[in-house]
Amino acid sequence: MLRKILISLLILMTAGLAVLTVHAQETNPDFPSDNDVNTIAKQLYCPVCPNTPLDVCETQACKDWRAQIKSQLAAGWTEEEIIDYFVEQYGERVLAEPRRSGFTSLVWLLPVIAALLGVVIVWQILSTWRTAHAEAAVPLTTEQQISQEILAQIENELREID
Amino acid sequence: MLTDVGLLALVLAFVLGVYATLASYYGGRTNQDTWVESARNAAILTFPLLTISVFAVVYALYALDFSLAYVADVSSRAMSPFLRVTALWGGQQGSVLFWAWLMSGFVMVVLLRKWERDRELMPYVIAVAMLTTAFFIGVVVFITNPFTRMWHFPGAAELTMAIFQPAGAMPYIPEDGSGLNPLLRHFGMIGHPPTTYLGFTGFVIPYAFAIAALITGKSSGDEWIRATRRWTLVAWIFLSIGLVLGGRWAYDVLGWGGFWGWDPVENAMLMPWLTGTAFLHSVMMTEKRGMLKKWNMVLIILTYSLALFGTFITRTGVISSVHAFSKTALGPAFFGFIGLTFLGSLSLLFARWDTLKSDHQLESFLSREAAFLLQNMLFLAITFAVFWGTVFPLISELVTGTKITVGPPYFKRVTGPLFAALVLLMGIAPLFAWRKQAVRKLGKAIWVPFAASLVLSGVWGYAHRMHPAVYPALWLVTFVVLAILMEFWKGVRARIRGRGESPWVAFQKLIGRNRRRYGGYIIHLGVVMIALGFIGDAYLKSETQGTLQLGESLQIGEYSLRFDSLDYYPGSDGREVLEATTSLFKNGELVTQLNPRRDYFVVQQQPVTIPGVYSTAAGDVYALLVGWEEIGFQSSTFKIYINPLIGWTWLGGLVMILGTLIAAWSPSRDREGATYTLKPRQASLSYLAGD
Amino acid sequence: MTENIHLGEKAIDPEVAQGEGGEGGPRSLVSLLAYGFIVALLGLLAWGLIRVQRGPVDSGMAPDFTLTTFDGETITLSELRGQVVIINFWASWCPPCREEAPYLEQTWRKYKDQGVVFIGVDYVDTEEEALAYIAEFDITYYNGPDLGTRISQAYNIQGVPETYYVAKNGELRGVKIGPLQPPELDNKIDELLAEPYTPEEPSQ
Repeated sequence: MLRKILISLLILMTAGLAVLTVHAQETNPDFPSDNDVNTIAKQLYCPVCPNTPLDVCETQACKDWRAQIKSQLAAGWTEEEIIDYFVEQYGERVLAEPRRSGFTSLVWLLPVIAALLGVVIVWQILSTWRTAHAEAAVPLTTEQQISQEILAQIENELREID
Repeated sequence: MLTDVGLLALVLAFVLGVYATLASYYGGRTNQDTWVESARNAAILTFPLLTISVFAVVYALYALDFSLAYVADVSSRAMSPFLRVTALWGGQQGSVLFWAWLMSGFVMVVLLRKWERDRELMPYVIAVAMLTTAFFIGVVVFITNPFTRMWHFPGAAELTMAIFQPAGAMPYIPEDGSGLNPLLRHFGMIGHPPTTYLGFTGFVIPYAFAIAALITGKSSGDEWIRATRRWTLVAWIFLSIGLVLGGRWAYDVLGWGGFWGWDPVENAMLMPWLTGTAFLHSVMMTEKRGMLKKWNMVLIILTYSLALFGTFITRTGVISSVHAFSKTALGPAFFGFIGLTFLGSLSLLFARWDTLKSDHQLESFLSREAAFLLQNMLFLAITFAVFWGTVFPLISELVTGTKITVGPPYFKRVTGPLFAALVLLMGIAPLFAWRKQAVRKLGKAIWVPFAASLVLSGVWGYAHRMHPAVYPALWLVTFVVLAILMEFWKGVRARIRGRGESPWVAFQKLIGRNRRRYGGYIIHLGVVMIALGFIGDAYLKSETQGTLQLGESLQIGEYSLRFDSLDYYPGSDGREVLEATTSLFKNGELVTQLNPRRDYFVVQQQPVTIPGVYSTAAGDVYALLVGWEEIGFQSSTFKIYINPLIGWTWLGGLVMILGTLIAAWSPSRDREGATYTLKPRQASLSYLAGD
Repeated sequence: MTENIHLGEKAIDPEVAQGEGGEGGPRSLVSLLAYGFIVALLGLLAWGLIRVQRGPVDSGMAPDFTLTTFDGETITLSELRGQVVIINFWASWCPPCREEAPYLEQTWRKYKDQGVVFIGVDYVDTEEEALAYIAEFDITYYNGPDLGTRISQAYNIQGVPETYYVAKNGELRGVKIGPLQPPELDNKIDELLAEPYTPEEPSQ
């Protein structure tokens, strides 16, 4: 019983909110303004012209699309719905920012991986250089030892050749 | 006729180019100086020959010789003489010729210098440089020839393009040409393509030296770097200017309110610039500490390869872009050449890998060496991110069949933090000494600019009521500027104390004595200014759009724009102009009149939107006319952008040029190692340790 | 050229201790990766070039597709075997399309009972404008939006308007780029209608 009451309350509240939102939009005589249209158009690219964002494209087709966004906004579509509609109609190329799922997630992932790899590599190189310096910094004795080692190895290899 | 002479000169230049390549290589291999000398002369001659060719084309454009297909394509009666001349690089054929001409010019200048120290390298420098030049000339001769004419076979529906008259065809000479693409009819046309091409082609010189060093096995020495240091700087500054001018041009005519769109062709220019900058810095490591020899090779090969790659993308349309030239048969030829360059350079590098021994010793992570390495890595990371984003649409289409767009949101988000890290590094790295930086000393050096910048940026941000997210960016910029200025201050102060010079003299002498260093600092200042412009563009921009009746105003921030009138009249160059007269008010007071307009080029059916811009140090108010009533002109739609801090981008470009001039104009006595001269007067060393 | 003494893999010299390998180059992994990357890139560019050079698909079997018309019907190309199919790509924002629209409709009405099907594929258009266009020219043949530009990509169109001719057996017999002028379309349809056609076994 309590659950039913709560659920009905929830439904009522949501409905009320929806009404209020729509009411807010309707009472704002300027909605949807050009700026509202541009906010959405900014996230889209012209499906026809190469690499031109939809909010700056000046062709007749783009004007039609912006007009379409405007009427969709006026009809109460959400931003997400409008963008999904564009993707369905015109393909994924219409999105300015590639999706983060599926194959296109690679476009985001790889640079991050590359940067991390870069840091690791730099660290490795610097460490090696530092060890190299430490080794070389010890003067005569090390040198002498090295010479001895080299000599010993030469002897060995010469013997092996014979 | 002049065009015939031009064509002949072009073909001769090609022949000489091929000869120079072969002769120099042969002479180098067999150690015969006569062949090398002969090749050198041939290479030098290429430039005057190409000059004749270029002159012929330019004259044809100017005199409106429509018998040439190229002239009919990019020139027209309505165009001003200035534009007709710049139309040389307005289309594919002319621009490749222009490119080849610039490259041969560079080669000629290089070959005319003294060669005593680098005699061994010369044959191969000529071979590599002329191979590239000959390739580009060959492309002009055989694939996109500006001397092609139009012919008409009686009864045929279409025209035939050929250089020489086909049997039975009549010459076709149109009454008027199509004219340059209206978007190109702008003053920026004189600046952007030439500087960009100079930048791209300039890199062939250090590349040729590097390859020559590899071939001769002399890459263990530094000769090739020393010989090309100034060339690299020259190519680099031209590329930098090209980038800034391209941005300025886009800002002025494209009507987007911005100056960088992360379009594939823009990225194509950016990538060699990034690796070129990394290269400029890493050669310093080699000169001072003998390190990173392999890495230098990799960087110059990468820079040159990216330049070729960039021009390949631009000219073949493989990656779709607003900039792309119309498709021609260029593709396969270019593809072959870059394939050869990539694979050839790589195998040569690997073959000579062991000759590139460096003395790699690092005393401390807190040293300039480490800072340089980190910086190089950052540059490479950014280059990879840009490269990946540029080619990914192609990969996606290949693998999944879906076309996608990788737009600014990706590039900004991925490269933004990396660029920020670079700018920060730019500020603190000069404070790091070579070998080992004592932490205490670093702290002492840093705390003043650090604290001051915190205060300054906080005040600045607060005064302008900026969003909290912008504060870190502001701090970064302030910090780096202060850090750089402190370097100047410390140097001047040392001279004042040590030598008793007056501040102004001390300043001049400081820079004069250490042109590379302080020139470099000035360049860094320029870079920070550009960064400031980018910050404004990324964070602080605002825009609005609205339809106004006559007399109504559109409000944005402190500004309001009042629509006064709309006029329609025929303009120059075959265009029809629709111009709005508007008044700009700031806080109620009239500031200026802006005239955003829409030009429509009737013949090309191309509209060009020209903004009305009000510029101040704080930023630009950028107004566009985006819509109007066809009849009556009573109401119009305007779009206004507020672009804070954008002026700093252009200023930063100028400062960079100044810095480069200072850095490049070092005295020609290339003293290696010595960083001071002892003067008998006072036994005080000029600043500084760890120079 | 080297004066060093090579001791096989074991090297004491600190620089070589970085593991840069013996003679002939860097570690094989690094060189393999580098070559691999370059070759992959060149392959990608080659593919891109070929794609750019390729024009619209104008021979071989016509790529199959299913179109949902503005009226809600679905039509699949492969189910139209035995009939001549004219596929016309258009858009309401395309002025040359408007030039050929009356001619297309007129030709459709002439041949509709002779075993010819006209399919209009609306390329990246808005529904409102598209319907207005159809009403303006009183178009009665099938017309539907190219969802996700899949059909246009399959035919690799270079622009609009483009008209593809499909024979009775499903093969492409060419493409017309640009607006059709009379009597081009009539002639082509006559040509295609004249082709004999033997239906294969019903593939059920």
